[in-house]
Amino acid sequence: MNIIVCIKQILDPEMPPVKFKIDAQAKKVIAPEGIPLVISPFDEQAVEAALRIKDAQEAKVTAITMGGQSAKDAVKHVLAMGVDEGIVLSDEAFNGSDSFSTAYVLSQAIQKAGEYDLILCGRQAADWDAGQVGSIVAEELGIPVVTLARKVDATGGTVRVERVIPDGHEVVEAPLPAVVTVSSELGQARLPTGRGIVMAARKSIPVWSAQDIGCDVSRVGAGAARSEVVALTLPIHERKGEIVSGETGAQAAVNLALKLRENRII
Amino acid sequence: MSERQGVLVLAEAQEAQVAPVTTELLGLGRRLAHELSSALSALLIGSGVGGISQDVIALGADTVYVADRPELGTFNSDAYTAVATKVCREAAPSVVLMGHTSIGRDIAPRVAARLGASLSTDCVDLRVDQDTGRLLQTRPVHGGNALATIASRVHPQMATMRPRSAAPAEPDPSRNGRIIPVDTSVLDIQARVVETVREEAEGLKLEEARVVVSGGAGIDGAQGFDLIRQLASVLGGAVGATRLPCEQGWVSPSFQIGQTGKIVTPDLYIAVAVSGAPQHMAGCMGSGYIVAINNDPEAHIFKLADFGIVADYREALPALIRKCQELVSS
Repeated sequence: MNIIVCIKQILDPEMPPVKFKIDAQAKKVIAPEGIPLVISPFDEQAVEAALRIKDAQEAKVTAITMGGQSAKDAVKHVLAMGVDEGIVLSDEAFNGSDSFSTAYVLSQAIQKAGEYDLILCGRQAADWDAGQVGSIVAEELGIPVVTLARKVDATGGTVRVERVIPDGHEVVEAPLPAVVTVSSELGQARLPTGRGIVMAARKSIPVWSAQDIGCDVSRVGAGAARSEVVALTLPIHERKGEIVSGETGAQAAVNLALKLRENRII
Repeated sequence: MSERQGVLVLAEAQEAQVAPVTTELLGLGRRLAHELSSALSALLIGSGVGGISQDVIALGADTVYVADRPELGTFNSDAYTAVATKVCREAAPSVVLMGHTSIGRDIAPRVAARLGASLSTDCVDLRVDQDTGRLLQTRPVHGGNALATIASRVHPQMATMRPRSAAPAEPDPSRNGRIIPVDTSVLDIQARVVETVREEAEGLKLEEARVVVSGGAGIDGAQGFDLIRQLASVLGGAVGATRLPCEQGWVSPSFQIGQTGKIVTPDLYIAVAVSGAPQHMAGCMGSGYIVAINNDPEAHIFKLADFGIVADYREALPALIRKCQELVSS
């Protein structure tokens, strides 16, 4: 079984809020110094889903990422988790690509990478939170997609997915090849092992350009984007933060309940 | 691109009624259609849903496209994508709205890809730019640390809207509208739902709860959540958690609220032993009131809450549960 996992390197979503800065004029987020980029947590869980399949059966897992200089770090990390091969897609022409262009680039790379049975993506990247790329990759390749997976099994030409719905889950079956997007309910991704880190350091990671994967450059980059950011602002989150007091914690709690009642909140 | 006009809403049915998110989309869609001097239409997909098309008209639609067929009774991504794409091609709206629900977020990117449309997901505000007539789509990004406003360069302009972020439409039973059946002969089904499992024992959907009580890293293991559950139960609410309790297995991962979990917008959100990390707050910022209970007076959460008490939850919650019980039953 050939499994492809698409990953994205992002600003650390866990970084302290004071480090988060934007350039409102340029409508861009300013990357803070000294905080390394991380793999989007959902993508790490997509890698985990692939490795769980590989734990149970013969499988080759290839990670693909689109990015700049630091993208190799993301690939090294997942190689150390147990992924077999990694590919970086890098080209100035890709800068400013929207979800549609990104999905097009990934689908071109997937086709060049060879045979594929299952393509796994995170349900969204935890920076722009759009949640579109996985589904559009499936549209580009003309194959089925199952979104929001918490469990993925692939055997005998079929993928069986537990898809999260608000009050439980549904079991969805699709013929392979197919795309599956992975949700947080899948559970924690494994950590790289010491042996994995040593192995990953020895692997060569090819970097493919737009030309290498036969991209029509009119379909990628900022010029091809179907929409544009016209404003980027910091929201005002502060609330009045009234501290309700009491002689003891229990008394404060009683006063809180009375306060909520007084304000018709309960 | 100028030939496209009107606003089309994907209507969702829930237990033979118009889903709450659809009522909100129709209210919003009506306003946008007015600003664009155009009509509002809706697409209703399901089995035996014809009965509620009149309700969709009462809620503001001028035209309702109805795709009614037994196979459409439960959500199927391929079939719903095929139907929505077909109707969007025929009706040629300039704006297409869906709820950011398990249906909308699934099919919107697929439909957008097929139509060559733009798509902004999880929007919290939509307006028409008076100068250009373009739809301005505002959505939280970077876990709610920033708000981006996006404008499309292509048509149709598609958006999924976060539930409970627009005022619901008021029904007017005297409204008239057209009902147009949709040809559903080609559904292109490849992936199939073979089983649906309802599993939330507490019986309340986190996303729809009016009260959510959530526990953070400061809760002592799985047992500590008993108090959280009791408070939620007294207030008729649902239980949530930050990431750590889910990762530690104290509660199911389906309870996780935040950027990397669920987004909730209850009237009241009670955060117990929660520090207020941005990735968690991204999931509850839209709540009506936020109440914090934390034993650290310096905790960031107090700046993000309307009311707070500085107390150990083990001491505060039993008293709070008793007092709330007394107040809600009086």
